[in-house]
Amino acid sequence: MQSFGYKKAGSLDEAARTGADGIKFLGGGTTLIDLMKLEVERPKALVDITALPLAAIEKQKDGGVKIGATVRNSDLAHNDYIKKNYAVLSQALLAGASAQLRNKATTAGNLLQRTRCTYFRDPSRACNKRVPKSGCGAIGGHNRNLAILGTSNDCIATNPSDMNVAMMALGARVHVLGEKGERFINIDEFYLLPGNTPEKETVLQPGDLITAVSLPALPAGTVTSYLKLRDRASYEFALASSAVVASIQGGKLTRLRFAMGGIGTKPWRNPEAEKVLLNGGTIQDAVAFFLKDAKPQSENGFKVELAKRCLTHSLKNALKA
Amino acid sequence: MDKIQTVKPSREARHDAPLKVTGQAKYTSDFNFPRMAYAVPVCATVGKGKIRAIDSSSARAMKGVLGVYSRENIGALYRPTKEASMDYRIDEARPPFEDDLITYYGQYVAVAVAETFELAQAAAKAVKVSYVSEKPKLGGKLEQEDLKKTDHERGDAAKAFAQAEVKVDHVYVTPTEVHNPIELHATVAHWTSPDKVTLYETSQAIHAQRNVMAQILGIPRENVQVITKFLGSGFGGKLWCWPHSAIAAATARKLNRPVKLVTDRHMAFTNVGHRPRTEQRIQLGADKNGKFKALIHDYASQSSMDDEYKENCGEVSGFLYGVSDVKVTSGVARRNQSVPTAMRGPGAVPGLHALESAVDELAIALNMDPVALRILNDTNDDQMTKKPFSSRHLKECLELGAQKFGWSKRNAKIGSMKDGDEIIGYGVAACTWPARRLDADAAVEFTRDGRVKISCGTHDVGTGMYTVLANIVHEETGIAKDKIDVELGDTNLPKGPIAGGSMATGSVVPAVVEACKKAKKNLLTAATKIQSSPFKGLKDDEIKFEKGLVTGKRGGKMDFASLLKKLNMSSAAGLASVKGNMAAMDKEKFSTKSFGAQFVEIGWNPLLAKLRVRRVVSVIDAGRIINFQPARNQIEGAIVMGVGMGLFEYAVTDARDGFIANANLADYVMPVHADCPEIDVTFLDYPDKEANAYGARGVGEIGLAGIAPAICAAVHHATGVRVRELPVRIEDLLAT
Repeated sequence: MQSFGYKKAGSLDEAARTGADGIKFLGGGTTLIDLMKLEVERPKALVDITALPLAAIEKQKDGGVKIGATVRNSDLAHNDYIKKNYAVLSQALLAGASAQLRNKATTAGNLLQRTRCTYFRDPSRACNKRVPKSGCGAIGGHNRNLAILGTSNDCIATNPSDMNVAMMALGARVHVLGEKGERFINIDEFYLLPGNTPEKETVLQPGDLITAVSLPALPAGTVTSYLKLRDRASYEFALASSAVVASIQGGKLTRLRFAMGGIGTKPWRNPEAEKVLLNGGTIQDAVAFFLKDAKPQSENGFKVELAKRCLTHSLKNALKA
Repeated sequence: MDKIQTVKPSREARHDAPLKVTGQAKYTSDFNFPRMAYAVPVCATVGKGKIRAIDSSSARAMKGVLGVYSRENIGALYRPTKEASMDYRIDEARPPFEDDLITYYGQYVAVAVAETFELAQAAAKAVKVSYVSEKPKLGGKLEQEDLKKTDHERGDAAKAFAQAEVKVDHVYVTPTEVHNPIELHATVAHWTSPDKVTLYETSQAIHAQRNVMAQILGIPRENVQVITKFLGSGFGGKLWCWPHSAIAAATARKLNRPVKLVTDRHMAFTNVGHRPRTEQRIQLGADKNGKFKALIHDYASQSSMDDEYKENCGEVSGFLYGVSDVKVTSGVARRNQSVPTAMRGPGAVPGLHALESAVDELAIALNMDPVALRILNDTNDDQMTKKPFSSRHLKECLELGAQKFGWSKRNAKIGSMKDGDEIIGYGVAACTWPARRLDADAAVEFTRDGRVKISCGTHDVGTGMYTVLANIVHEETGIAKDKIDVELGDTNLPKGPIAGGSMATGSVVPAVVEACKKAKKNLLTAATKIQSSPFKGLKDDEIKFEKGLVTGKRGGKMDFASLLKKLNMSSAAGLASVKGNMAAMDKEKFSTKSFGAQFVEIGWNPLLAKLRVRRVVSVIDAGRIINFQPARNQIEGAIVMGVGMGLFEYAVTDARDGFIANANLADYVMPVHADCPEIDVTFLDYPDKEANAYGARGVGEIGLAGIAPAICAAVHHATGVRVRELPVRIEDLLAT
């Protein structure tokens, strides 16, 4: 039987001092516990951080917001300040999972949500992400739901999160408490491409604890929105999704960030595609640029067209074009 | 027509609702016993080959592990008799662990048994099995490779098709679908003596389960008791015995302890049957006015390497419409996949997808309204059996359905109907399901504690059997429903029918009614004969039973409990045995079938690649409806299942080795609440006196049968894309 230690962290310092060797921090557990049951995750010990004072949503002086690591997805989605100023984040959260899961899942946990690739989740199958250098079952296998951007010959797994797509479009900052104290990681630098080390998904170092995520203040005249496309109406991971944050001042597009989910090995953003529009180009050109490197697998070629419709629709709505 | 109303959802509670909502309803895996152990099977991870070696040393070394069993040490498990009748039906006849051969991915190769479920699971994962692996036969086009036969032939269909003025000729494919009831298959095996076992099973056919398990275990059938009190549904997947039952019983016998085995969701995709993939070619020809002239239906269904399951897709092609020249042929294509089994509406459901899609395509080729085309080809006679239908109102179903749906608003031009960004499509299909009746025994007893007890060894799959029987006896006796107890699901009770084929209610109700009448009569007879009775000496027509009270002609009134006490009786009982018509179908004068018409509206938003079923109108002609609320539930549930069949469901087989790649409830997409359309259900409610004394024909399957083809017709109407391989997926429509 797989046994593991369990400890409820009493303070932030204590959590950060637990050491890195084989430990995982436990928030809502909606991914971690599931994967432990499947023997995909086999931590030596869990450090429960839900009792730490990390559950606050704090409005910042500059109009931004700091979201504690253990804020539950449902609390975040229904927070008035978030709904008013960061609607894209609320919409993305509510498009994900089910009410029950959202009541458990945490902000930091969602940032680290792992792929739904069926070959990753079944230890009897080859998976480079689960067991480095064991091969990739998804390439040439069942890959309808998997990535068309950012893939490598070793991994085509999709980042499944909705929240992360919104965080990417909002330009979030991840607060991390590590061995050398606190540091901040821009969400654009947080996720790694799989390359030939798909087991490494983020820049976090062993033992690093995410304490919060902060969002910058958005200028007046900013519109945000999230759109998720999938087979059924609810409770399914995205086939393609898009988050758009656009600021229009005096009829001119002054600031634009957008990202897509369901199609990339990480929440996918391409600043060059944003520049196409900021420089007066067309939505059609921006979308084509965004998807130009798409590399479909045996079953997911339709995602190129689906992603195109998804992003086009979102941008049209945001830019009222 | 105006008198026929849509059945509205009712809030009247089911008879078993209090048990269910308080957690007292005991489902199979709720049975626990002292010293009970837990079994978890180990599944093959190759699609074809041989077991080279099983290393269970580390599993056996775990504290609390009681044993790891495989071919070497499971003990004798025998092959059961296999026959088509429902007494010895089994789809996977090979006893588990019989030899070293692997013929499908996921096949059981060993089992770990331990003191706790978690330990057994860990031990099962620790068992290392090595294989000599071979390339399995998977996928590809399905041909009639084996069990080939002509199911039905009349006239010269090939010639008539060649001469037909307007015709369609297409191949339709339905995928592997999985039953996926919420309650997983389970067995709790409890040996009460060395050769006597009680099996708590998830079974829709406890008597077949007993007969087959007695043979597999090599003990007399009277030494096997099978109990299934409540089912978290089954959809046909729990009709016949599956290998986990034998594993649970064999390990319990080995260990001399009760053993519980609950299969997991992955096993639900590989070890307990599925609806097989089918490929069906339909050639349908008509004259220029639309009268059908020829129908050729050739189909193949996928089966396993060793077993005989064939999906009977052509069953309805012979009788649904009037057409003089028909030929139906069938066969199976064998693959290294697990054994298929009956799933809700077996045969007819995939068969109607093909036939009704072809009718829709022919209507377009004829430039005719598809409702009118179906009405034109309506018939009063079953031309396959050459018998008149006992009660057929397909035309009325189509006409009333069209009226309720607003079919006349349909603009037949593709893509012509819009609602905002959505393009609207209308589709229609006819549906049918045979009405048969099985033998049923039942008992009704009035007991001296003032209660009425109904007993029948049949099942409530969730379909409402407890409610239906309580209501029927309430109607017969006037006794309050809270004084009525219904006992089902035990082979020690009078033998009831399987819960399958939409036959249970229509078979059981007449037996219970007769048993109830007998019990009343026996009580009244005793009351007139026994010395101590206040009604002694009365003639039969001078005493009556009403609302639980016995009343004599010369006055005197007594409740039945007090009367039983006076008579020194513990109860007054009636036993009835009502014969079905399965054995003598050929001798019947009529063809008894249910019919229906299903209308579907879909919305396709091309900007968002969003396809949704917006509403469904169903008009069902299933004889007399015994209880409208559970009957409506059956049709509604079937419609939602039809939305799944039409838009979402298919098991994905990894073509390299047979691994089922979406064997969980997140990746095998089924409708959720948000996908459920607005549903309008109407029953014509014409009693069919040929079907049974109650005039009822059963409603379990028919509600599913027309949905997928109606969805495909509606999708075509909206988009111009004809999807012939289910389900309709986003990728099929992205060119529009």
